[in-house]
Amino acid sequence: MDIELIDEQAGAQPPGPVISARDVRVWYGTTRGAIRAVDGVSFDIAPGETLGLVGESGCGKSTLGRGLMGLLPEGAKRDGEVLFNGRDIFALSRKESYQLRGSELGMIFQEPLTRLNPLMRISQHFEETIKQHEPRLSKDDIRARALEVLRLMGIPPTRYKSYPHEFSGGMRQRLMIALGLVLRPAFVVADEPTTALDVLVEAQIVQILNDLRRNFQTSLLLITHNVGIVAEACDRVAVMYAGRIVEQGDVVDVFTNPQHPYTRELLRSTISLRTTGLNFIPGAPPDLVEPPDGCRFHPRCPDAMEVCATRNPVNIERPGGGRVECWLAGPEDLIPPGGKQSLKQEELAVADEA
Amino acid sequence: MPTKPEAPTDASTLIDVRDLSVHFALQGGSLSRLFGGDTGTVKAVDGINLELRRGEVVGLVGESGSGKSTLGRALLGLVPATEGSILLKGDDVAVMGRRQLREIRRTVQMVFQDPNAALNPAMTVEQAVGDALRVQGMKSAAQRRVKVIEALERVGLSPVELFLTKYPRDLSGGQKQRVVMARAIVLEPEVLVADEPVSMLDMSVRAKILQLMLDLKQDLGLTYIYITHDLASAKFFCDRIAIMYLGRIVEIGSTEEIFANPRHPYTKALLRAIPEPDPDRALPRDLLRGEIPDAASPPLGCSFHPRCPEAIASCGWESRDLKTVLEEHWTRQPAEVYAEEVAAVGDLSHLEQPSAMATVGGQGAPRVLEILDQIRSERPNEPFWQGVQSIEADAAGARVTFHPGQDPALRAAGGVEVACVLYPEES
Repeated sequence: MDIELIDEQAGAQPPGPVISARDVRVWYGTTRGAIRAVDGVSFDIAPGETLGLVGESGCGKSTLGRGLMGLLPEGAKRDGEVLFNGRDIFALSRKESYQLRGSELGMIFQEPLTRLNPLMRISQHFEETIKQHEPRLSKDDIRARALEVLRLMGIPPTRYKSYPHEFSGGMRQRLMIALGLVLRPAFVVADEPTTALDVLVEAQIVQILNDLRRNFQTSLLLITHNVGIVAEACDRVAVMYAGRIVEQGDVVDVFTNPQHPYTRELLRSTISLRTTGLNFIPGAPPDLVEPPDGCRFHPRCPDAMEVCATRNPVNIERPGGGRVECWLAGPEDLIPPGGKQSLKQEELAVADEA
Repeated sequence: MPTKPEAPTDASTLIDVRDLSVHFALQGGSLSRLFGGDTGTVKAVDGINLELRRGEVVGLVGESGSGKSTLGRALLGLVPATEGSILLKGDDVAVMGRRQLREIRRTVQMVFQDPNAALNPAMTVEQAVGDALRVQGMKSAAQRRVKVIEALERVGLSPVELFLTKYPRDLSGGQKQRVVMARAIVLEPEVLVADEPVSMLDMSVRAKILQLMLDLKQDLGLTYIYITHDLASAKFFCDRIAIMYLGRIVEIGSTEEIFANPRHPYTKALLRAIPEPDPDRALPRDLLRGEIPDAASPPLGCSFHPRCPEAIASCGWESRDLKTVLEEHWTRQPAEVYAEEVAAVGDLSHLEQPSAMATVGGQGAPRVLEILDQIRSERPNEPFWQGVQSIEADAAGARVTFHPGQDPALRAAGGVEVACVLYPEES
């Protein structure tokens, strides 16, 4: 395979999506059988676009993010096709994918303190990162590049020689973002980048992520469980449940007209300043070794129909743009006669709850 | 679906916290320990007054490091009070010994944040919930079992037989938090101190646990201290809210009033920062800068002034604020300008020593004055400049003198109490 890279700085953006994922699967092997953490998801991310990937713990959102990066643990297998600027990154050799990571594909982790080396100065972190991909760069050039990205993150240049422990939690997360962006990757995965932070600092980081588009023209996959952050920082949203993306589309449209009952219930169960009553989704996400037949959400779904328990929902065009997979949205002609009758649900006890 | 918890019917005071301080000594070197040198203290809780009436839910809201959890722990005697008193139905928790503290645990119980850490992995649900009874002297296992089953049924863990023999690892996050709740209510306490009881749980489960807490309050007549950083759930759950910042209460009042008319600039900032799932609400552009400061050496004057968008001259401006302003300025300058200016201004480390006067730029006072003028003209609305009384060149460099600051105490302001100089003390 030709590994000539497309020069992002040249200005002419490739017309198509930066990332085009088709039928991506990531399965973990266990003694009980395969855990289908990600089970056939497809999505595109355009240049400079932020896609929010939202769902509960265990829905496979972090696994998907790591799968894209090629950072899966031993015993995990991935399948499908992910075109990055036209090249299938799932088909690359170890070495090729190593070269791509950092310079072309970036990652921002959740816990900055565990990702920074406490014995290394910030300057050394940047030297190590940059040298790995551009070994001929002089120390002064490295410093100039590092200071430029730090400045955009609001970290004063006077702190360049400090150690990680000398920074506050929010500053450390800015450092992580700066390290992830210093090589100007075209695509970045941010895995719960604000979860460990306080509300006010979280808002600062969300603003920084929001500005990424302007400052770096980076495409971002923002993984979070917080629908509020998706609403504020993302262009499009993909809602993930039990290894599948059940609905995706424009954030405003998906959040104002959710087509999938799971999207709707997830939004309803979020406690916000406008909350006047408590809503929750009964039951728990399914076991991903043996997911339920038909739609994986049907045992918890308030709108479930007979067809939902037996047939997999079809991924269709979402009214208003995007994709959705739910029998309520159609297609009508594939629903067998009588399939639209509401499903008799078993009472969900606390014994099965999340 | 029940909405707001009802207003307290019986207004008798259960807990009365008076001038409570909890200070932690910092570890110094061996010499300073030997000679009693001052190694510094962290004022985790710094002079707090709080009254908890029977049947109400009081929220303690603030960021990490605001002292809200320490205050909650002090109420149970889990951290020693340095000064002040905690009157629990008239008895002072702050001076109690171990035996008495064990006694009061029948009245006040705690729900911890992380259910994974709060449950012993080697104890079954029955052992975990029954352990409190055993500690309190209930010897008979059969008797304990009756109580444990009753508590588990109360928190909705039924059929109980399914759960009694389970270990924490067999339970989901929501179920674990229910076990923690069962352990807290098994002694039939009157007050529950809940420290971030839902923040480790998934969105779809949080509402369920909050609903359970409301049900328990209704059924058992509980009184809650609800500790959280999440104003949205506090708004829903609390009758009164105390906003905490760096060991102090900066605003306290009824939930309606705090949300309808937030007064302290910190409260306003917290409210603005909550991410809303409603996409029509754009992200506010005027976010607070900085983070909660080091409690071992808090800012002079009002602790909040370095981040405050509404600060005025008397808020306690000082040398460290000058450092912040310079550093912020440099994050906006190209590398060459930074190199030239940092050479002129020189080392800033002496500014770390808090002082109402600061001198920078030993070599070239005129250049430093120019730089400061330029920073000021770039951002004339920066509250810092209100605090500057004078900037003069002297032999040691450019000397910046600040207006004298004051440390605002809580004062009444339209139905709430607020600690901010913008609200003159009502006499």
